[in-house]
Amino acid sequence: MSRFALSRRALGAAALLPLARPAFAQNAPIRIGELNSYSRMAAFAVPYRNAMQQAQDAVNAAGGVMGGRRIEFVFRDDGSTPGDAVRVAEELLTRENVAFLAGTFLSNVGLAVADFANQRKRLFLATEPLTDALTMAQGNRYTWRLRPSTFMQTRMLVEAIRGRNVRRWAIVAPNYEYGQSAAANFKRLLPAAIPGAEIVAEQFPALGRVDAGATVGALGQARPDGIFNVLFGADLTAFVREGNTRGLFERRTVVSLLTGEPEYMIPLGEETPEGWIVTGYPWEQVTGMPTHQAFVDGYRARFNDTPRKGSLLGYVTVQVIANLLNKANTLDNEALVDALRDLRTDTVVGPVTMRGIDQQGTMGTWVGETTLRGRQGAMRNIRYADGADYMFSEEEVRAARRT
Amino acid sequence: MQWDFLLVQSLSGLASASSLFVIASGLTIVFGVTRIVNFAHGSFYMLGAYIAVTVVPWLLEIDRSPWLFFVGVLVSALAVGALGVLMEMLLLRRIYRVPELFQLLATFGVVLIVQDLVLLVWGPVDIPGPRAPGLRHGVVILDQRFPAYELFLIAVGPAVLGLLWLLMHRTRFGVLIRAATQDREMVGALGVNQAMLFTGTLFLGAALAGLGGALQIPRVSANSQMDLSIITEAFVVTVIGGMGSVPGAFIAALLIGQLQAFGVLIFPKITLVLVFLLMAVVLVIKPWGLLGKPEAAAGRVVLPEGILDPRPLDRAGKMLAALGLAAVLALPLLDAYAVKVGTEVLILALAAFSLNFLVGNGGIVSFGHAAYFGLGAYGAGLLVVKAGLPMEPALLAAPIAGGAFAALFGFFVVRLSGIYLAMLTLAFAQIAYAVVFQWVEVTGGDNGLVGVWPSRWAASREVYHYLVAAVTVAAIILLRRVIHAPFGATLRAARDSAQRADAIGVDVRTHRWLGFTLAGAAAGLAGGLYAFSKGSIDPTLLGIPMSVDFLSMLLLGGIQSVLGPVAGTAAFHAAKDFFMPLTDHWRLFLGLSIIAMVLVFPRGLAGAWDTLRRRRA
Repeated sequence: MSRFALSRRALGAAALLPLARPAFAQNAPIRIGELNSYSRMAAFAVPYRNAMQQAQDAVNAAGGVMGGRRIEFVFRDDGSTPGDAVRVAEELLTRENVAFLAGTFLSNVGLAVADFANQRKRLFLATEPLTDALTMAQGNRYTWRLRPSTFMQTRMLVEAIRGRNVRRWAIVAPNYEYGQSAAANFKRLLPAAIPGAEIVAEQFPALGRVDAGATVGALGQARPDGIFNVLFGADLTAFVREGNTRGLFERRTVVSLLTGEPEYMIPLGEETPEGWIVTGYPWEQVTGMPTHQAFVDGYRARFNDTPRKGSLLGYVTVQVIANLLNKANTLDNEALVDALRDLRTDTVVGPVTMRGIDQQGTMGTWVGETTLRGRQGAMRNIRYADGADYMFSEEEVRAARRT
Repeated sequence: MQWDFLLVQSLSGLASASSLFVIASGLTIVFGVTRIVNFAHGSFYMLGAYIAVTVVPWLLEIDRSPWLFFVGVLVSALAVGALGVLMEMLLLRRIYRVPELFQLLATFGVVLIVQDLVLLVWGPVDIPGPRAPGLRHGVVILDQRFPAYELFLIAVGPAVLGLLWLLMHRTRFGVLIRAATQDREMVGALGVNQAMLFTGTLFLGAALAGLGGALQIPRVSANSQMDLSIITEAFVVTVIGGMGSVPGAFIAALLIGQLQAFGVLIFPKITLVLVFLLMAVVLVIKPWGLLGKPEAAAGRVVLPEGILDPRPLDRAGKMLAALGLAAVLALPLLDAYAVKVGTEVLILALAAFSLNFLVGNGGIVSFGHAAYFGLGAYGAGLLVVKAGLPMEPALLAAPIAGGAFAALFGFFVVRLSGIYLAMLTLAFAQIAYAVVFQWVEVTGGDNGLVGVWPSRWAASREVYHYLVAAVTVAAIILLRRVIHAPFGATLRAARDSAQRADAIGVDVRTHRWLGFTLAGAAAGLAGGLYAFSKGSIDPTLLGIPMSVDFLSMLLLGGIQSVLGPVAGTAAFHAAKDFFMPLTDHWRLFLGLSIIAMVLVFPRGLAGAWDTLRRRRA
């Protein structure tokens, strides 16, 4: 067996010699594998990739990393299924000789790639998957996440309604892990924020096929004082239209995840409801972040488009990666993982730390209220909620990650 | 619960039902005449919405009148109808003589192409349409506010039904459509110009889908995922109503609309599966749907599609098989990634082969074969993750799980035939999908479960590749042996004429049931191997796209051939793997290559090989 393996390796090496890139030469670029749902989730993923390229060029123009080496992202579609994504990840590692992996959008894809990375002992910096499991129950040494998780964003919203006299709540969420765990987090956090609050109705329409009329009817029938919404995308537009016409949101407090992100706000257009409390990205109103404006200006000039939440995430991701490479000064994945632990990076949204205990970044998001400006939705009364203030407590992390 | 609320809720149900009927009526008419299961119907619906959100605002700039809004909607419907004509003339017309399943594959290629074209033309951002002028407000009904536009929609359904009735009974075109639905061969024999009839039918069907989409723009934004979200529901409506029956589709749409409106009140989480449960129940009780009739041609002897005469391989065939096997064994000489792809091709080839055991050999067209693949994966994966067993016993459990569920579902499935059978397999697959999706405590829900890796000795890519090669090749040889054995011949007899097989004493139902179970077990084994190659299991393994992939693979290979599906799998997977890294628009290229292959090799790769051999001989 061993003899066979040896000859195979020799043959393989011989066959690949002409193709081999001088990957370990001093000035060769550092290749990083980026897989995401560029085809099926293009509204998010394309602005995300744009900003990554913008940031990559900025890093290289400033002299690269690790004393003069350029970084180069290799972008791949993950096919939006775990099966395809794991094959693509394998291709990036074996054929493209990437140093490590980043990206993914859907939670099931993120978890599958995370476990794959653990198996292959390669770093995986998850960017968009929101599921808490990624850094909690199913966390592993090699998997890190940058953006705030479902729990963190729900907690930001619950803090925003703390102490209000709104007792009867209805929940509407898409029927998959993200919606279910957002609803569960909300139910868990609500009693501490509003004593005596109760959940009077829950609706879980299937993702992408909400029957808006029936759902709005069922919610209205429960006569809630407040509504917690987790719907997004096409479901959200249908829900908002139906709710506006039927008066579901009148005289009610509505709390809504992600709705302020441009990805989901732009399609709402003039139907944008007034006064919903949301998480989002009001890029034109951001203050107190010195380098943020330069990022926005550069993005608009280069792509002739306004930045999305995905753009911001892509830019910050590259900044964290560049800082990581500079600090570790090696491509050895064990050293990279160790260097990432509690790594603090100054990014366009201010300092972001990759907390070591749950391998979760402290990147935050904005909380504010929706409003209509002209025929477009916008946010008002915004404030940046730093992720560091909304993470799981250390005891919870220890309990969840013990196994 | 108050009566006024129940009334308004049932009005919501009626509005959904009305929209659904408009779309499903087009699908059922097209199927009735052409016998094509038109996957692209959902794409026409999506195109209707996209064209409407482009045309209607432009018209409303001229004058904000309700009339211009509806002019815009009708223009969109007609434009989509024209696209339907285009598809018929450019594509379907060329493949009416090939097996019916190939047409399905071609329409699936169209779905992929339209998905990417929509992204290219309209961009990835959802586009909200304007509301209908004059129907923006809510109407107060018994103290509840109800959208005026939905009241209008409630009226559209019966109006379309009435117009279709007039068309069917008062025009020559309609009479021909009804005649063709009852007996297509007879209509042809009587000298009716079939090409014109088919083109006209496609126009009508596509225009109805486009109308359905255009009417939705005041309610939902045009988005690139609306095609697949509507197509399954439209299929369910046509099947429950009886394929080809317009009034049946109307009743079915009403049923489903009300079921969903009240279902969300009682079981808010069950909407995923409710319609499929209804479809399964209806098909088990009424095998041809509510108003459908058994096919007139069902008793007639027609040229069977599928494996006719499984001869032993000739010398060239043997050489080809040996070459393929040698390539599989030699893959580790290439790079590590080629090994990975090769492993996947082998696994999927076993799944496609087991499906062809049903389709090509047994005439049992399953649209839900991924269910047994996925259940096998879950059977193995759960034993590893939850019970802590190593890979070897878990792999044994995979075919048992796949086979057990195939036996359970197959008991009902084999009572039916043709398209109804296919739709019942789809319903069971969706029910299995929904259970796996919802049962978070056990299955991990849609996040799935991770940590399904091979035992230490098989952990390297190469060793696992050889393990997979040994298992899949053995399983394929075994299944091939069964095809050649009397049991396989009995299945072919039952496929070609159930009555004759019955008359000579074959217990048709039991044989088909055993065949279904065996194929399910083989798919389950493939699923188990797949789980260990990926390290994770999740519900997409049981999903419709996976079933469609399997069908594409075996159709590309050729259903007349025993070993064709293996070649088809290799071609399909290689094409996908080639295009995916190249471009974001890989679906466009995949769709184009599928259509090209259907046009160039109308009997699959194996058919092309056969023709080549014969020409040389």
